Amino acid sequence: MLLNIENLRKSFETPDGSVLTVVDIPAFSLDSGQQTALCGTSGSGKTTFLNLIAGILKPDGGRVELDGCPISEAGEAGRDRLRARTIGYIFQTFNLLQGYTCIENVLLGMSFGPGADRRWARELLGRVGLGQRLDHFPRQLSTGQQQRVAVARALANRPKLVLADEPTGNLDPTSAAESLGLIRETCRENGAALLLVSHDRGVLDQFDNVRDLADINRAAAWPGAGEAKP
Amino acid sequence: MSLLQIVLRSLRQHMLSTVITAFSIALASGLLMSVWVVKDQARANFTGVDSGFDGVFGARGSKLQLVLNSIFHLESSPGNLSWVQYERIADDRRVATAVPIAVGDNYYGYRLVGVTTNLFDVEYREGKKYAVRSGYLFNPSKKQAVVGSFAAERLKLKVGDTFHPYHGLIFEKNKQHAETYVVSGVMEQSNTPADRVIWIPIAGLQNMEGHNAETASDVSAVLVKLRGKSSGMMMNQEFNMQGDVMTFAWPIADTMSKLFNKIAPVEMVLRAVAFLVALVAAGSILASIYNSMNERRREIAILRALGARRSTIFAIVVLEASGIAALGAVAGFGVYYVIMSAAAWFIRQETGIVLNPLEFQPVMVWAPLAMLGLGALAGLVPAAKAYRTDVAENLTPIS
Repeated sequence: MLLNIENLRKSFETPDGSVLTVVDIPAFSLDSGQQTALCGTSGSGKTTFLNLIAGILKPDGGRVELDGCPISEAGEAGRDRLRARTIGYIFQTFNLLQGYTCIENVLLGMSFGPGADRRWARELLGRVGLGQRLDHFPRQLSTGQQQRVAVARALANRPKLVLADEPTGNLDPTSAAESLGLIRETCRENGAALLLVSHDRGVLDQFDNVRDLADINRAAAWPGAGEAKP
Repeated sequence: MSLLQIVLRSLRQHMLSTVITAFSIALASGLLMSVWVVKDQARANFTGVDSGFDGVFGARGSKLQLVLNSIFHLESSPGNLSWVQYERIADDRRVATAVPIAVGDNYYGYRLVGVTTNLFDVEYREGKKYAVRSGYLFNPSKKQAVVGSFAAERLKLKVGDTFHPYHGLIFEKNKQHAETYVVSGVMEQSNTPADRVIWIPIAGLQNMEGHNAETASDVSAVLVKLRGKSSGMMMNQEFNMQGDVMTFAWPIADTMSKLFNKIAPVEMVLRAVAFLVALVAAGSILASIYNSMNERRREIAILRALGARRSTIFAIVVLEASGIAALGAVAGFGVYYVIMSAAAWFIRQETGIVLNPLEFQPVMVWAPLAMLGLGALAGLVPAAKAYRTDVAENLTPIS
């Protein structure tokens, strides 16, 4: 099993001083190479859940084990290291660094983990159809092309798990379908598991394994859940 | 990408502020080096120039004025000595060489100094004697002049040219003497105050038309080389402590050192100003990077999300500040060269002393390193801010 989650809890303090629980997941798991879609309404804690898996947030309780490493118990540096080596993250708004070219953005995806490998970065960008745009800056690319760079970057460190947060949210239906196919295919090619969150029915329909966050997150059923800061 | 590449990329991204901040560092570093080098070289040159003499005799008065007048050809003469007094000095068994000089005239601001030809037998520096580059030394009985290299260059005088001297040490157009002097020679560059002087026979200056006939045989000072150091001590005792007729400025370097010691507080103020400029420049690095931190929070969060540790982000910001300081420190050598060239030109113009901007000084190592250190220190504050950046809060909007 690649990812195993038990009794994961995360709460935030609201501006009025009360405590809001955003994530309360008794159990969740993912096998190596498995592709799972996670659906949920806006504010249901999807991003918080992904950030907890990625080690960007530290849980208040429970256990997250990734590739045999208890990420929830690791210190911040340990979580950073695990994220750099094991996880690829595709953000809804791509989060490309505007001052860096396509290939530099992809190189950044591996710089903090296995180390920069220009040939691999070039190959990845070739696979997503941007072999001729290596030295273009994000602002010189279309939205769809930027997303492809984000996909290439997420795979740059040869991750075991790719987290995708509404990756098609900013794309038109045609580009979204194309992009989703690309993400799934490249993850498959690289043997990476995929956990994709979306509330787009068209996206979810393409997955055999779809989980509703409301079913696994006890906190998601609560009114106003996840609307506080992550 | 290596840390260095990330830092360079960031500097490129913030090109304008990088250049402006680096320029302020360059100014500070250049100023620091210039202040130190001018101070050190000026002191070394002024206290090192004795024109090959051990001491100077002159009328009772200030030793400093005497040295400035007779060695550096600055300032007015404190008074005259009679020819008899000169002869008494020259005949003293403790004196190896005595060269009388007389001043009081100029040509377009460049001093005419009346001198005997034995000046040209004295080594002004070990193994170096004043020599003519073209032409020949003046004939003591003729109205001939040997022009210092700098004066010849500025006045565009060459062998065979003639000129009329002007009365006084400061050029006044209506004080032209009737005598006509012929340039018999132009001297080799000596990098001493002698380069700014027009040398003529002492009798010529003493007897210039319009000079007081009663004092025609007086001299302004007598430059002496002594036989041994003990002679200097004895003569110092005899003429300065016990006598009240003449002043004996000895050793020459001591007199100049006293001048520099007197202006030491001014040097300290200059140094303090240079240090303050360095601090302000370091502050500009701090302000420029700190102000950019708000717009860079998302960039930092992205790097963190990609696995960069807090310490990595901290190091990137400190390296960036150091990089700006390093750029500035390198450019500082250019600023230093410009300031020093201007200062050297001005000092040579005014005193004949030559400063060498390219001569190595320890400040050329420690000032750039200090700027680098200050830059790195200045980077600590924005680095701490970057270190504390919350990743989740600064990434994309949450769902």
